[in-house]
Amino acid sequence: MNLKALAAATAVLVLAACGDGDQGLDQTGPNPELPEIKERLVPAMNIATPAEWGDDLPTVPQGFTITPFATNLKIPRQMLVLPNGDVLVAEGTGGSAPALRPKDVIAGIIKAEGKTSVEGGNRITLLRDANGDGVAEVQTVFIDGLNAPYGLAMVGSNIYVANQDALLEFDYQEGQTQITTAGRVVTKLPSEINHHWTKALTASPDGSMLYVGIGSNSNASERGMMAEQDRAVIWEIDRLTGAHRAYAEGIRNPTALAFHPETGALWAAVNERDEIGPELVPDYITSVRDGGFYGWPYAYWGSNVDPRVRPQRPDLVSRTIVPDYALGSHVATLGLAFVAGNGFSPQHANGAFVGMHGSWNRQNLAGYKVVWIPFSGGRPTGKPQDFVSGFLTDDGNARGRPVGVAIDPINNALLVADDLSNAVWRIAPATRAPAPASTPATSG
Amino acid sequence: MPESQRPFGLHPVHAIILAFPIALFAGALVSDITYLNTAEIQWSNFAAWLITFGMIFGSVALLWAIITFVRRRQTPYRGRALTYLVLLAVMWVAGLVNAFQHSGDAWSSVGTFGLVLSIISAACALAAGWLAYSVPGTEVTR
Repeated sequence: MNLKALAAATAVLVLAACGDGDQGLDQTGPNPELPEIKERLVPAMNIATPAEWGDDLPTVPQGFTITPFATNLKIPRQMLVLPNGDVLVAEGTGGSAPALRPKDVIAGIIKAEGKTSVEGGNRITLLRDANGDGVAEVQTVFIDGLNAPYGLAMVGSNIYVANQDALLEFDYQEGQTQITTAGRVVTKLPSEINHHWTKALTASPDGSMLYVGIGSNSNASERGMMAEQDRAVIWEIDRLTGAHRAYAEGIRNPTALAFHPETGALWAAVNERDEIGPELVPDYITSVRDGGFYGWPYAYWGSNVDPRVRPQRPDLVSRTIVPDYALGSHVATLGLAFVAGNGFSPQHANGAFVGMHGSWNRQNLAGYKVVWIPFSGGRPTGKPQDFVSGFLTDDGNARGRPVGVAIDPINNALLVADDLSNAVWRIAPATRAPAPASTPATSG
Repeated sequence: MPESQRPFGLHPVHAIILAFPIALFAGALVSDITYLNTAEIQWSNFAAWLITFGMIFGSVALLWAIITFVRRRQTPYRGRALTYLVLLAVMWVAGLVNAFQHSGDAWSSVGTFGLVLSIISAACALAAGWLAYSVPGTEVTR
């Protein structure tokens, strides 16, 4: 009979893992609906099992074509389009967070289920589509021997690579397909533990400053605040001297940085915290204020206190800036690319593409797509619209997971890195795409 | 000595195994109290591991207690065997819930609920030890 009681207690625990109280709230835009905090004994973990594309492709709206620009990459993350149209893609996986608790051991095993079995490349690959058929026929190792590279930027004739532990500078000449010289270390980057290891990178419009996103070393301070020195910040780095200062703080995991082409404001795509409910906390994009504090770990979405963090800091809670635009909880925004000027298509003349890697901490899978957010005057003006989707199958398996997004302004295409199927997808307006096969350069 | 006349005492291996949850759950309780007093996360990490290993040894002790109870259910020691089993069962259930509680982040890894669970597990383990060790004779006495 006691055995029965034990069995019943176990069953209750197992059942507690199902049904996570998702209310289907509208959590996009400047004023997301926020539910009460809902902590559970067993964190909701639903990781989409990897599946194959077969002959299928991601779904794009009518009037656009999608092609596999490059395949067989080794965990592609962020991209940079060079002036001649060549595309660089950073490949790799970082982080060296030791397992401190039994939970870390178990969660690591479960999360690995949703990832590719390919080992990260620790390199940058160059992709070139000279004949304009939407598939890169040149795919070469551009820079090898890197340490979990992620962010990429170009200023003048220099290419900058943000490894997980250092910002590197390389000399580049147009047309080059390989760099073998060692990079110059502009500055070391915080890399202890590296719970969030990705170092997003962008350059100021005038090229004098580089901005690096440095994620937190924990979900919500559970490694102690000593581990958070120089974490959850955006660094502004003098390109020539390497001197840095914290440009913004309390910004949990800024995974993509970009300057708005019209306003010159720095924007970040940011991943917020987990394990306080399926609809907390929304990930977001926001313009980043110099000296701004964005709440982590003490508060979220303005002055909403996270009770898990002790000692609490009411002084910092009251200073917390409300982000500009929510994209939904746990969607994992990893890519950000602006469109302005001539526009991408008539319907996509001014706005931003955002890549969402997809959720693990809620039953109803969220993210796993690329959305379009219309802008006007440098501010978001409407709801996000699905632009590239179909990464999930009907039965909840994932065929791909979007990471970085980039605009190729020369060929007017959107590039999407996918670190599950190890591909770069290329989306272009059907009417404006160069006619394939008929290009003289490719005949024969 | 026939089964019905053997006194209620533990096999030395059983006794050694029982010593682990007693020490580990008591240690977890002290770690939890220290965490709540200091907000120093390492104490919560200690408690998480102490509970985990308390559960591993506690599970063996619980299984052994079930077997002992089944074998002694027709003897005068039925009551003692049942009490011992119930104490370990409560320790085990509270410990399991607490293991999950300690997978929460920062303050949520302990909090009031975690502290209460730690008190229950430690108290049950200590009571089971008191009961088991205070009886002369052992399971191997013949």
